[in-house]
Amino acid sequence: MNKTNPVVSLFASVKLALFTLCLLAVTSIIGTVIPQKESFEFYAQNYSESTARIFQVLSIPDMYNSWWFLGLLSLLSLNLIVCSIDRFPGVWKQIKKDNLAIDLKRIGKMRLSQQWNSDKSESELSTEISNKLSSNGWTTDQRKRDDSLLLFAQKGAMTRTGVYIVHASILIIFIGAIVGEITGFKGSVMLPETQSTSSIYEFGTSRAIDLGFEVRCNRFDIEFYDTGMPKAYRSSLTVLENNKVVLEKDIVVNDPLTYKGITFYQSSYQGYQDFILNITDKKTGVAEMINLPFQQRGTLTQHKDVVIGVINAETMGQSVSRLKVWFKDAEGPASVFWIPSGEEVTVQRADTEYIVAGKQMYATGLQVAKDPGVWIVYLGCGMMILGLFVAFFMSHRRIWILLKPEDGTNTVLIAGSANKNKLGFDKTFENLADNIKSN
Amino acid sequence: MDSSQLLGITTFTYFFSTILYAIIFIFKAKKLGTPATVFTIIAFLVQTAGLLLRWQESYTIGYGHAPLTNMYESVIFFAWTIIFMYLLIEWKFKTKIIGAFAVPFAFLAMAYASFATGINKEISPLVPALQSNWLLAHVVTCFIGYAAFAVAAALGIMYLIKNTSESRQTTNDESLLGTLPPLKVIDDIIHKTMVFGFLWLTVGIITGAIWANSAWGTYWSWDPKETWSLITWFVYAITLHARYTRGWGGTRIAWLAIFGFMSVIFTYYGVNFLLSGLHSYGSN
Ligand code: HEM
Repeated sequence: MNKTNPVVSLFASVKLALFTLCLLAVTSIIGTVIPQKESFEFYAQNYSESTARIFQVLSIPDMYNSWWFLGLLSLLSLNLIVCSIDRFPGVWKQIKKDNLAIDLKRIGKMRLSQQWNSDKSESELSTEISNKLSSNGWTTDQRKRDDSLLLFAQKGAMTRTGVYIVHASILIIFIGAIVGEITGFKGSVMLPETQSTSSIYEFGTSRAIDLGFEVRCNRFDIEFYDTGMPKAYRSSLTVLENNKVVLEKDIVVNDPLTYKGITFYQSSYQGYQDFILNITDKKTGVAEMINLPFQQRGTLTQHKDVVIGVINAETMGQSVSRLKVWFKDAEGPASVFWIPSGEEVTVQRADTEYIVAGKQMYATGLQVAKDPGVWIVYLGCGMMILGLFVAFFMSHRRIWILLKPEDGTNTVLIAGSANKNKLGFDKTFENLADNIKSN
Repeated sequence: MDSSQLLGITTFTYFFSTILYAIIFIFKAKKLGTPATVFTIIAFLVQTAGLLLRWQESYTIGYGHAPLTNMYESVIFFAWTIIFMYLLIEWKFKTKIIGAFAVPFAFLAMAYASFATGINKEISPLVPALQSNWLLAHVVTCFIGYAAFAVAAALGIMYLIKNTSESRQTTNDESLLGTLPPLKVIDDIIHKTMVFGFLWLTVGIITGAIWANSAWGTYWSWDPKETWSLITWFVYAITLHARYTRGWGGTRIAWLAIFGFMSVIFTYYGVNFLLSGLHSYGSN
């Protein structure tokens, strides 16, 4: 790369990276202190009219999507790309280097080196040393250099790419985020029980997005702990295509439903003053559902004589725990009974028995997201962890052994180097040298 | 014996450990080295038993979750990981003096958990959002990172103390600070703990993102806690780059280790009380 070009050398510099990272760290604080995505009125009220206007100009209300914040992220990306293009070829050269072509004088000058004499012949020594190295996991190459024989072994040459895996992973995460932003959407829908929808509303814009299929909420339940704290929010969902059921699933927080790349998350709910009652005639087996507002009576369509109504309800917090039902059919006086919400009760009538189930009516709040980029982001995350591990804890270790004839014997010169964790390698090297020296 | 008793005892044993290490440091009582280590290990085991017992108690009550779900439990786990990390370093680097700087952090955390007002010690059930296996992965990985950064900060303080006294030329091997490891060694351990913490913080942020995605369909929403964890991550990324590529070391890195840990504390603690967001459950 053309290093004399000042623009190029600026973008290849780590100084710029440190500057950008500092700026990102400092500016990120703004959005944690000033509430995000509020209305102009909110800022005008909580700060002042003129401050609110300054905020607007600087996109403070949505700073993480603002031109200047995205600009900083782009600067970081460009910096990473240029810096990598600048340095990677050098690293690749190191990895692919012909280490047997080393200047022989350098071997003895390495920080780690040992030397001794041996009576054995060159070929004996070289096989013995190769065997010892290979039993420790080192594969050895050798080459005749003048009158000497040079052996070389290495481990972890590829670990030099660790840093580049980390840096590439950052770019991949950004790419994943961009893909998600362009091809995906995030929205929500409030879906009353028993109803279905084929569109949802995008966050921010409230634009309706067509799903391409229908989703129905069959039922919504809240379970409570004894303490009254909510234990689970559960929606029973059905996906329909052309009025045909294609998928059914109960979702809870942390366990969503996905169909055709679109995922439905349990996120909220809303209680109504209405009730859903299910009435089954035990004799005929005919079952029917009715949807009734509080304290209004209703008649059924199949059990024509039946009149039913919810006359009282006990609440726990915002939700109904028990409801009192008034029930009458053709024969006899009305029955009045309590049903624990969501459960059923058998009602004895003159002619037959009915099973009556009742519950408060809810709408389930679903968060709906399509994010095809998420797998790219996860790939980036995986690469980052892998790359960090390699960069931090692994190193490129090299060993040279020079066998030089001298007055009928052979001098063995062994030297080694590691690009990282040098202290750890000192020990490995000494053990290896001792091992080779013995016998 | 129930878990709160065991954890209460732990507070005092860590206090005693701190004293032991302080004595070793101040009076150069090298003989106390082994007793201090043994005592700390026992205290650590008591705390481990306390945590496991609390875990089991939550099953007995019927809530059944790992003891990592509110401020009280997380502070205790923080103390646990600090001691774990410290013992690891003591074993790996064969030096006891670090204990006089690192163990107090664990003691302070335990003392905060035990005595602070407005901290709920009850085992409470999990709200729906927290019922996820990612909770365990997320909290554990984050806290390993935090504990490493705590130890790095402790070492940073140690480095600065030793460095100022050396520049005043009052140290010789006989003096108090002479018993501290050489500056170069401290510097090396600071760097290694920060690198270790950085890897775990990274995994912590990623598991948090995966969890958020499985609960809400958004892996990153710039809520204050997320943003602060990213700021902390930037601080350590800057520190590591300054060292690798600009050759920073010594005093500057020691200060950055302390500064970074302040950012950790704000992410962990300050955000819950000063800012609002998804993670505000931590404040009860
Ligand atoms: C937040 C983002 C970044 C992270 C997490 C990150 C991570 C790392 C890591 C883990 C190392 C390992 C050093 C080692 O073990 O030798 C490293 C080195 C390095 N980084 Fe970054 N980095 C980031 C951004 C950048 C940027 C924007 C640049 C742009 C120039 C950059 C340039 C370098 C260089 C030149 C090295 C030294 C490589 C070497 O030792 O040969 N980094 N980085």
